[in-house]
Parts: sequence; structure tokens; C-alpha cells
Amino acid sequence: MSETSFVLGEMVDRLFARVLDDDAMRSARAGAWPDAAWRAVVEQGLLRALVAGDQGFGLPLADGLALVRQLGRRAVPLPLAETMIANALLEKAGLPVVDGVVGLVPEQAGVLLREEGSAWRASGEADRIAWGRHADALLVEAGGRIGLMTSHFRVDREGSNMAAQPRDRMVLDGPATVAPAPRLSLLEAGALIRALAMAGALQTLVAMTIEHVSQRHQFGRPLSAFQVIQHGLARLAAESAAASAAADLAADAYAGDSPRAGLAIAAARARIGEAAGIAIGLAHQLHGALGFTEEHRLHWFTTALWAWRDEYGTAAWWTRRLGAEALAWQAPSYWPNVTAV
Amino acid sequence: MLDFPSPPHHEAAERLRDEVRAFLAAEIAGRTPLQRAESWNGFDRAFSRALGARGWLGMTWPKRYGGHERTTFERYVVVEETLAAGAPVSAHWIADRQSGPTLLKFGSEAQKESILPRIAAGDCVFCIGMSEPDSGSDLAAVRTRAEPVAGGWRVTGTKLWTTNAHEADYMILFCRTSGSPADRHKGTSQLLVDMKATEGMTVRPIYDLAGQHHFNEVHFDQAFLPATALIGTEGNGWSQVMSELAFERSGPERFLSSIQLLVELIRALRGSGSDLAQQTIGRLTAHLLTLRRLSRGVATLLEEGRDAAVQAAIVKDLGATFEQELPEIARSLVDAEPDRQSTRDLLAVLAYTMMVAPSFSLRGGTREILRGIIARGLGAR
Repeated sequence: MSETSFVLGEMVDRLFARVLDDDAMRSARAGAWPDAAWRAVVEQGLLRALVAGDQGFGLPLADGLALVRQLGRRAVPLPLAETMIANALLEKAGLPVVDGVVGLVPEQAGVLLREEGSAWRASGEADRIAWGRHADALLVEAGGRIGLMTSHFRVDREGSNMAAQPRDRMVLDGPATVAPAPRLSLLEAGALIRALAMAGALQTLVAMTIEHVSQRHQFGRPLSAFQVIQHGLARLAAESAAASAAADLAADAYAGDSPRAGLAIAAARARIGEAAGIAIGLAHQLHGALGFTEEHRLHWFTTALWAWRDEYGTAAWWTRRLGAEALAWQAPSYWPNVTAV
Repeated sequence: MLDFPSPPHHEAAERLRDEVRAFLAAEIAGRTPLQRAESWNGFDRAFSRALGARGWLGMTWPKRYGGHERTTFERYVVVEETLAAGAPVSAHWIADRQSGPTLLKFGSEAQKESILPRIAAGDCVFCIGMSEPDSGSDLAAVRTRAEPVAGGWRVTGTKLWTTNAHEADYMILFCRTSGSPADRHKGTSQLLVDMKATEGMTVRPIYDLAGQHHFNEVHFDQAFLPATALIGTEGNGWSQVMSELAFERSGPERFLSSIQLLVELIRALRGSGSDLAQQTIGRLTAHLLTLRRLSRGVATLLEEGRDAAVQAAIVKDLGATFEQELPEIARSLVDAEPDRQSTRDLLAVLAYTMMVAPSFSLRGGTREILRGIIARGLGAR
């Protein structure tokens, strides 16, 4: 990571510490839109953090993706990762970058892109669009194209995920500016940002748990002095390390434009989905009843992980997809395929 | 906190991978899946010499000791490719991985000059003299004693679970050279034992539950070792043995023990197209890809000369769990009994892997010891 990226990372962390204090996080968990935080993010230009060239920060993509992980470390309840990756794709496709909330509509949502005379039109219904009610634009993928819509969409039914973040059903019918779809789909891009954010959230889960078991005393000793607690902590840290490694594998493949990036993303989502389940269980167990309260910060991370592991493709779907690929490799070449990812 | 750095793309290592694959395809073409499943238990001096002749042992060591001054990444490729192919690595395995590096780090000039070139040639078998009947995970409770005498040491005591003691040319013996077991880490040393020419030493076989002879009990009764047998500094044994264990735990072997079973399972499930088959193979492949990434992170730390003890413990703990659950997962998908005599490769490999699997989370540091190391690395006391 370059020095610029490091400085940027520090700056972003300080920004979120300020604009997403405990009160802001609590009201977001209750379903409110963190307006002040979003305005600060826009003001800092973070929506363009992953954009290459003059329009963006000029960060290497790998370093930009590290910022997405950082959002996960604070369980940032904003459509920032989506907007960052959407803008990166828009710039690359020669479409205009958006200085507002962008919602991702992957091909699997079933929206159509049709040519009408010299223009293109997007139409259809799409469910569980992240932050749909706050969207200023939608990025749609269909039939080998991506299309940007900046109007003519509405929320049909409001919904939310396990972390009370808006996931809305949208109706789209209007003009779109189109370009050929990138090699990796919007679903894969969405899956990657969730993988990175989960790896970040799991790191925080480890840090919070270490702090708790070091400070909390029972039977006249800190919890961390008990071997059974130490072993739970070790398992938690190991799952977090696995999640980080899987996310790194996917991010490096994506940033390097590897032909194997789709596989790496599938593997990351399969492995991190499992790690999240184990880690959430361990973190809650080690926090005891205190961590099960509304007041404790632990659930900001555990509810986000419950939600994120099944967004942009469920963990089960990504796991089966990777399995179907691996079963199609000829048996003697299983290992060469593994080392090629 | 627990940094696993990104492994760089290493062009020379990837070129080497193709060479190693071509070599293995010819060299071990005749090995059956069951023989391949034995991998690190496969003892074949001719294979080890062939590997040495290619320059693929002692790869990272200085040329003046017979090494090849190549990178950790290149060595990593050779190790993982030989294991993934199920090559018989037992005759060079311990020497290349930990005994050689220990001598290189702590040994006398004479020890390095006489022994390292032989290891690099694939011509020198080592065994590990750590565990004892009353000292397993609690290594500091070591009771084997070397008393200083004129011109050397007199050793008395018993070592246990000594893989390849019956074949080995040398042992690195961890023992007490002063004080008493109550002194724990203090007063311990490492000594080099010539397994072919030491009087007062007896080696007795111990058969494992798979019916195989790899383990031994090695008994020393006033056995004389010359003063030149001392490795490193007298009394510094504990820190040296910890360093040796870090070498032992850091490689890709810690998640590849069951790889032949995974390959056979995929062969059997291909074409079934069931959701369960896809789910299972997808999950296992995701684990394997992740473990490999973690392990290459450890290799990167080693190449940078950084301490990787805690990271290696994490890889070994996760890796052993993966290796160990494979037989259980396989039998949940295959409707037939495991059978080592079966003509169906999957069933023979399943039976063998099932029988050796309990050792995966014991050897090289038990799961419990590793989790203690990880927790301490996280700052828990």
C-alpha cells in the first residue's frame, strides 16, 4: 500500500469516527438515514475514491478496495461501497460518474435493457435494491450491457435487511445511457464489496472480543485468563484471518483483472459466509449477555454480517457455483486449477 | 495485528512449477492413488536423491553449503507440488524443512559443512528428538539428560514418537544439559546424534493404528556424544527448539494431507450434478483456496525475514481441521464402506485417510497448544 493510500485510510477513519458516533450508529440501526454522515462523505469526494484517472483519486484499485474493507470495520451504514464501485465501472465504461447515491441492479434482478430508436430504455422490477429509496441513480446490467438511469424509477415497496438497512423493491421504466458490460458482472462487483466489508467487520469483532475478555472479570480473574476463553478467541481470530485472506484473494484478482476473478470472488463469498456464522456465534458467546443487549455495540457488526453474507448472491449460491465449476474441472487437473486462482 | 501479507506474483516460481510438474509426472507415474495418499509417509531415498539432483532441496540455503540461494516462494512451489502430487517425501522431509534450517541457524561451521550439502543432495535422513514418554505437549518437562564428561556428553533418557529413527542418519536431540526438570526452559540444549554410529542407543519400533511403522522409541543408556555434537549454545535449547518448531509448522503440508481423498471424491461426484455435491465441493474448494492464500502469506513473512509463529499456528489449526473433516464429509456422500483393499481407489484412499486423520491435529503441536499460541499472540493472558 502506498503512502498516499495510508494517509487516505487514516483520514477516512477519522472522518467516520467523527460523523458516525454512537448516536448516529444507533439511529441508523433504528432505520434512519445518516444524512450528516452522507453529506460529509460526499464533501470529501469519497464517492469517486475508486475512479481511475483525473476524475478520481488516482489510487491503484487494490488500495481503493482497501477503503471498502475499512467501511466494514466500522459497519458504515451508507451506500458508499456500492456508489464507489459503480463510479469506477461507469468511468471505465465511458459513462458519466454520479455524485450521489447509486443503486446496483445486477442482471439477476431481471430488468431489461431495450433499444428504442437511437436510445435505450430500462424497464422492469427489481427487488432488494440496496438503499433504493435514497438512490439518485441506478446502474443496471442486462444482456451484455450496463445502463445508467438517473430518473424514471420509484420505490414500489420498502424493505430492509437484518441490519435494518434499506433494501427496496423498485420499478424502473425510462431512458438509460448504455455501454458494454464489464468482464465481471455487477453481481460479482457487489459480491466483492460485501466480501471486503465482511472481512473488515470480522476484524472489528476480534478486536472488540479481545477487549471484552481482557477487561471483564469473573471468578476473580479476567476472562482471558481462562483457557477455554483463550481457545474460543483463537478460533475467532482464525476465522477472521481466513475471511481476510479470502477477501484479499478476490480483491487482488479483481484489481489485477484476472480471468479467474469470478472464481476468487465465489470462493471468498463461500468462505467468508461460513466464517461469519462461526465468528458471530463465538463473539456473542464470549461477550456473554452484555453483548446481547441493544445498548452494546456488538450487534452493529453481527447484524451487518448476518445481512451482508447473503447479499449479491447468498453464501449458499456462491458455494454451489464454485462447486459446479470445480466439479467440471477434470480430476487430474483439480490441483492446477486451484493454483491458477 | 495478525498480518498475512499479499504474496507477490513470482515469475521464477511459476516457471519452476511447470518444471516440477513435468518431473513428477514422469518420476512417480506408477504410484497408485493409495500410495499417493501416503505422501509424507512415503519413504523413498531414490526419489529424494532425484529431487536433490534437480536442486530442489536446501533451495534457500547458501551455495557454499550445497544450497541454491533461491527464494522462499520457489521452495514453496516445490513443497506444495510434491505434496499435491502425493510424492514420497519422507526421506528428505524433516531434514529439508527443519533440521537443515536449524543447523544453518545455530550449527557449528563443521556441522554445516559436513551435513548441509548431504541434505541438499537428498542423501541424509533426519529424525526429531523432542517428545518423551512423560513430555509431549509439555516439552519443557524434558528428562533426557546429557552429562558433560571428558571430550563430550553421556546421554541417558528416552525419546518417543520418533518418526524414521530406524532409517535416519541423524537426530537433533533436545535434552537437559544442566539443572533439573523444575528449571523448565533453562538448562536445555540441542545435540546432534549420529544414528548410525552411536553406542548405547537402541531404536524400537512403534506401530501406529494404521498398522504402519513410522514411529519409534529411542533409548539412550549412557550413550557417548562428542563435544562437537553441541548445536548452538549450551543452555539455549529452548529458544532453538521453538525456532525449529516454527520451521516445522510454517509449510503448506499443514493442509494438504487429505488432498488425494478430495481429488478422488471429485472424480466420483463428477456428473452427479446434485446440489449437495456442488455445495460440498464448493465449500471444500473455498477452504483450500483460502488456506493456500494464508500459507503463501506465511511464506511471504518468512521471505521478508519476519516472525510468522502465530500466523503459522493459525494456518496449521485451520488446515488440520480441513484435512480431518475430509474423510467424514466423503463418507457422508459416498454410499460404500471404506476399505483399504478395495479396487475402487476412492474407498481405499478413504480408509487410509480416515485412519491417519487423528494425527493431523496432534503432530507438530496439538490443536490445544496452537490455540494457546494464537491467544497469546492476540495478547490474551
